[in-house]
Amino acid sequence: MDSTVASTGTEGKTWGGGNRPLGASYGKLMMWFFIVSDALTFSGFLAAYGFSRFKFIKEWPIADEVFTHVPFLHGQELPMIYVAFMTFILIMSSVTMVLAVDAGHHMNKSKVTLYMFLTIIGGAIFVGSQAWEWATFISGDYGAVQTKGGNILQFGEYVTENGEEKFKRISIDDFAVPVTGTRVEHERKNGLWFVDGASLPEYSVDEIYNGLASNPNILVRTQLINEEGEKTVLSREESLKQLKDNGQLVVKGANLRVNEYGTSLFADFFFFITGFHGFHVFSGVVINIIIFFNVILGTYERRGSYEMVEKVGLYWHFVDLVWVFVFTFFYLV
Amino acid sequence: MAHTHKLEIFRGLWKFKSNQQKIWGVLVFLTFVTAIEVILGIYKPHVLMSPLLSPFEGGFFATLGNILFSPIIYMKTLNLIFILLTIVKAYYITWDFMHMRDEKGSLRKMVVWTAVFLICYLIFILLQEGGYVFGVYNADDSLIKRDF
Repeated sequence: MDSTVASTGTEGKTWGGGNRPLGASYGKLMMWFFIVSDALTFSGFLAAYGFSRFKFIKEWPIADEVFTHVPFLHGQELPMIYVAFMTFILIMSSVTMVLAVDAGHHMNKSKVTLYMFLTIIGGAIFVGSQAWEWATFISGDYGAVQTKGGNILQFGEYVTENGEEKFKRISIDDFAVPVTGTRVEHERKNGLWFVDGASLPEYSVDEIYNGLASNPNILVRTQLINEEGEKTVLSREESLKQLKDNGQLVVKGANLRVNEYGTSLFADFFFFITGFHGFHVFSGVVINIIIFFNVILGTYERRGSYEMVEKVGLYWHFVDLVWVFVFTFFYLV
Repeated sequence: MAHTHKLEIFRGLWKFKSNQQKIWGVLVFLTFVTAIEVILGIYKPHVLMSPLLSPFEGGFFATLGNILFSPIIYMKTLNLIFILLTIVKAYYITWDFMHMRDEKGSLRKMVVWTAVFLICYLIFILLQEGGYVFGVYNADDSLIKRDF
C-alpha cells in the first residue's frame, strides 16, 4: 500500500490534511476567495473611472452639481443628502445582518428571522433608492446643447443671493422660443421603408439660439474647469457665437450616448459601476430571501449550525464595503 | 461551537461587554465618519481645496520628494481626507462586520495583502496612464483638438 500513497512528510503537521489550517470552513474560505476576486473586479472598474477622469481632468462634471435631488423636495438643491441617506441604509442593513449572524451563533431562531427580515428590507430600500437616483439622472433637469466636438454647453444667469453673486442654472424649457413646422421626424412610412429615424429632441438648436438671443441675461457655461475649480462661464458675445457656430444637438438628461451634465463618459461609468453594484445588492437580497425562508423552515436548526447565514453575511457586508468606495469616488472626490 | 470575539476596537481604547454592543459601537463610529464626510462635502472648506505643498523644484532629490510626498503635493487635502476616511470605514467593515478580527492571521493576510497589493498596482498603472494621456491631449503641439 505504501507504494501507491505518496508520503510527503507533512503528516500530523498544519498542512498534513485532516484539519483546517486557516481556521475557517470550506464554505467560508471559498466565500473569501470570491470576495477577493470580486473586489478586484470592482477596483478595476473604479480604476478605469479614475483613468478616464484623469484623462479629462479639466472638464469632468462636478458631482455636487449633478446629484442634487432628494425625493419629495422638488426644486431644492441638496447635494449629498440623498446618497448619505442611502449609505446609512446600507450600513444599517449590514448591522442587522451581523446581528443575525450573532444570533445564529447563539442558535436563536426567532432573532435570526427578525434580523434577516430587517436586512432584506434595508436592501430593498437601497435598490429602490438607486432606481430613483437613476430615473432622476436619466430624465435630467436643465437640459443642454452638445457641440460638434461633443462638448456640453449649459445655460444660466448670474444672480445675487445673500449678497453673493453666483451662477444659477436655467432650464432650456424656460427660454427656448419654439419655431413651428421646420422639423419632420423620420418614420417608417416616409423616407426609407421600414426604417425609423431617431426621435427628435424636444427643441432644435435654432429654438435654443432664438431664446438665448432674446434673453440678454442668459449666459453659456462650458464644461472647462477654471482656476477656482468652477466651470467657465462665457461672456454674452462668446455665448451667442459658441452656440451659433458649434451647437449641434439639444440634450436633456443622460444616457449611454449623451449626457447633459458634461462628458458622456461620466454617465457611462455611472450607469456601469452603480448598475453593477446595484445588481450585486439585488442578488444579495435574493440570496438573503432564500436564506430567510430556510431559517423559517428550520433548516439550520436541524443542521445544528447557522454558518450559512454567516457566509451570506460576508457577501452582504462586501456589497456594503464596495458602496463605501463608490460613494467616495463618485460623489465625494 | 464556541465563538470567541475580540471585544475591543481602537487598539483596546474602546472595550465592549458583548458582541452585540460592539456591533452598535462600530455602527456609531461608521455613522460618525460618514457624517464628517458629508459635512465636508457640502461645505468644502476653502483651506482644504488645495494641496498642502507645492511641488519641489530642482534636481533628483526634488523629483524623489515629489514622488514620496505625492499625496500631499498633487492631491487636494479634502480629497486626501475623503480617501483616508474611506479606508478607515473599509477597515472597520471588514474587521468587525466580516469578523476579520476573529480570523487566523494567515487567513487575514491571505485576503488583505493580496487584494491591497493588486489594487494598488492597478490604480497606479491606470492613473499614471490617464495623466499621460491628458498630457498628450493638452500639450501645446498636440494634434488633437477638442475645443469646438
